[in-house]
Amino acid sequence: MNSIGDACKPLKDEYDACFNTWFSEQFLKGRTNDSMCEPLFRVYQDCVKKVMKEQNIEIQEVEKDLLGTNSERKVPPKKS
Amino acid sequence: MPRYFEATTVFNFTWDQVARGFWQKYPNPNSKHVLTEDTVIREVRSGKLFSKRLIRKTNPSPKWAERFVTTKNVNIVEESIVDPINKTLVTYTRNLGYLKVMSVTEKVIYKESDEHPGKTVAIRSAWIDSQIKGFGRAICAFGYERFKKNCNKMVGGFNYVLANMFPPHTITSTAHNVVTTKSKLKDAAKSASELAKARAAPIYASLHPNQS
Repeated sequence: MNSIGDACKPLKDEYDACFNTWFSEQFLKGRTNDSMCEPLFRVYQDCVKKVMKEQNIEIQEVEKDLLGTNSERKVPPKKS
Repeated sequence: MPRYFEATTVFNFTWDQVARGFWQKYPNPNSKHVLTEDTVIREVRSGKLFSKRLIRKTNPSPKWAERFVTTKNVNIVEESIVDPINKTLVTYTRNLGYLKVMSVTEKVIYKESDEHPGKTVAIRSAWIDSQIKGFGRAICAFGYERFKKNCNKMVGGFNYVLANMFPPHTITSTAHNVVTTKSKLKDAAKSASELAKARAAPIYASLHPNQS
């Protein structure tokens, strides 16, 4: 899959490959230490965040937590 | 008032497989509108994995919406929490920008199916909202219909990825072959007997010329 920044694509591919291995072979098996892909994630993030800034994407808006908070949308009550 | 939509889907894959496939669901044959996908947050907190992905899609607007929306691309944020102990994956997706025109929020809970062991159930909720005066209701109705239509495409695309990652065991395909062979034989027998009846009819008629 492409990245928002063409230059970030090789970094993304490397990180994604590492993450998918970690997710299947570590995380799902109960080993939650995530340092394995941390260095790859950091360089990939530097690249993506730079492109987001260039494209005027509000990083704060992207990073906002909604899931699991009170701001989450509510299921309307069932009509009876 | 936002329009609310709910649907439940069963995936013929284990929860672990669905969770692994979730990160690799793009690209698929139904995702040609997805242009880019980037992870922007990833961390483990109290044993759960928290992620945020920024996804860019083309979303061609209908003619009447062109006065409200000037770009064809829309950015989407997908939050997710994976709980490997309770085996739940919850996703929460929303569009960035154009929120007044139309906001689409979707929440999906993927968990092990109680009724079908070894399968995964996805409970999808969606809220479609618009704050455009005078047009809000029409925009919501449009967004609702489009979301409903795209739902099957999303599920189909995800299933395609899962089937590629976790091909069904040969044993199932053998069983399937047996079934097809069996039904083919049945069909052949059926057409043979029909053919025999058809051929027999004139003979029967010639033997009993007085019966009509």
